[in-house]
Amino acid sequence: MTANMIARMLDCGEQALIVEFGDSIDPAINARVHQLARRLNESASTGILEIIPTYRSIMVRFDPLVQRREDLKKEIAEQGASLDESSTSVQGNITLIPVAYGGEFGPDLDFVANHNGLSPQEVIELHTATPCLVYMLGFTPGFPYLGGMSPRLVTPRLEQPRQRIPAGSVGIAGAQTGIYPIESPGGWRLIGRTPLTLFSPRSPQPFLFAAGDYLQFAAITSEEFAAIAKEVSAGLYTPQVRQIPQGGPDVHGA
Amino acid sequence: MCTVLDPGMLTTVQDLGRTGYRAYGVPSSGAMDRMALTVANLLAGNTTAEAALEMTLRGARLSFARPAFAAICGADMQARLNGERIANWSSFVIPAGSELSFDHAASGCRAYLALQGGIQVPTVMGSRSTYLRAQIGGLDGRMLRAGDELPLREAMLPRQSLALPPEMIPAYTPDITLRVMMGPQDKLFTAEGIATFLGQAYKVTHRNDRMGYVLEGAKIAHTSAADIVSDALCPGSVQVPGSGMPIVMGSDCQTTGGYAKIATVIGPDLMCLAQSKAGDNIHFHTCTDDEAVQALREEHAFYRYIEDAVRPLRN
Repeated sequence: MTANMIARMLDCGEQALIVEFGDSIDPAINARVHQLARRLNESASTGILEIIPTYRSIMVRFDPLVQRREDLKKEIAEQGASLDESSTSVQGNITLIPVAYGGEFGPDLDFVANHNGLSPQEVIELHTATPCLVYMLGFTPGFPYLGGMSPRLVTPRLEQPRQRIPAGSVGIAGAQTGIYPIESPGGWRLIGRTPLTLFSPRSPQPFLFAAGDYLQFAAITSEEFAAIAKEVSAGLYTPQVRQIPQGGPDVHGA
Repeated sequence: MCTVLDPGMLTTVQDLGRTGYRAYGVPSSGAMDRMALTVANLLAGNTTAEAALEMTLRGARLSFARPAFAAICGADMQARLNGERIANWSSFVIPAGSELSFDHAASGCRAYLALQGGIQVPTVMGSRSTYLRAQIGGLDGRMLRAGDELPLREAMLPRQSLALPPEMIPAYTPDITLRVMMGPQDKLFTAEGIATFLGQAYKVTHRNDRMGYVLEGAKIAHTSAADIVSDALCPGSVQVPGSGMPIVMGSDCQTTGGYAKIATVIGPDLMCLAQSKAGDNIHFHTCTDDEAVQALREEHAFYRYIEDAVRPLRN
């Protein structure tokens, strides 16, 4: 079944427009965002410079000296009219993210456990149980805004943000979970760390995953962390990526 | 090769920025004043794609072991070549063993020094632009410091200087009008809020950098909340958080943001923001899509005019 699900198109200066699908954070809306983003990227339409998918909308940057706004809008509307309405037909990948939980890697694991009346082991099991949807990337290069964390892990941010959070740190802020790709300040509760490099600016493939993909965390020991870290820095590590099974992964997006 | 004796206040390598990585959270970066960068490149005999130095408020002091051909545009930092004053918005030969020095900006905020052949730092994701927060591009992803050596491609040296006619040099005044296209979220502001935004002057505060300019003035009223479900930002986006004070985003702006955006400053006018300083007054003036595209066309026609003037001087 197909339907036109574009809610509106908004101007964003002379070189961009915003294609909106809705006003909320919703995996079905986000699936439409990524479906249209993929089509626009593949269409190689003249004048389109860049497609930026976010939670519920897409920014389309274009060269107005090559492509008129009204023509572009018409073209996008046509693409939008033929989107696949069965929203779970995501074509992304599931990237496995090995994480060493607790200890020096996750100094707030015990806090998250106590706050939710769980044992640290239960926190780890819940955090690794299901894939998380990468709604979008932003904040810093490669930072994933993830959906799909268990509601039993919801924990408020730190009252006083840390000045330096090591790259690879995995944290929780409210109902969100995420990974810090580069060292930065931040207020998320840190429960673990991945030895993977999420952002390698000099590599031909600078990013481990894209918006619309899924991540699944997998618990590793500190010995495995050291071994993987060594392979990563030698450029020998290949992240494990699974194709999403037909009909979508068994997840809840928000 | 060019050696940095004194880096100035904040000097980075910039070109026209990165395209294609904002979907991954990487800002475009690039020159804050793309017009001054582009004219500097053209006057120096470069294509518009080369990287140059962007100097902020106080310029650098550089020494050249080998001859070079350069152009300076943008803020007037009172450049001197071996002690002799050099005109802004002009190109000139730098003989071997010279020292080129800049002072504080007598007008404007950012000056661009283009060197023929371009600054040959490695490209990172398709651009040489420095993005300080993620430490990528430019010279090891950082601002210049004393002792740095800038890799230059061998200059072809047209050996004929060229200056922009005075009537073509932009005047930097403390009263700035920025044309905006309304939206994408102007519907989240009251009619009074929009009238305030377009009717009142806003002061540039000290909280201004390559990421964005926080302005101060009459409070802009939202219809209800200031927060939206985060969506994409671009340079020129005017965000209005709960404080009601507008923030105009710059070249290094984060790719996504969660405040309602009342309007977008048109690309051709961002150079005026880039050359503004704390205390300057900004007036927002609405324009149509057609007017904005016409302004962009004129910007490109201006570049073609300079290209045509430079072409006969090439070797």
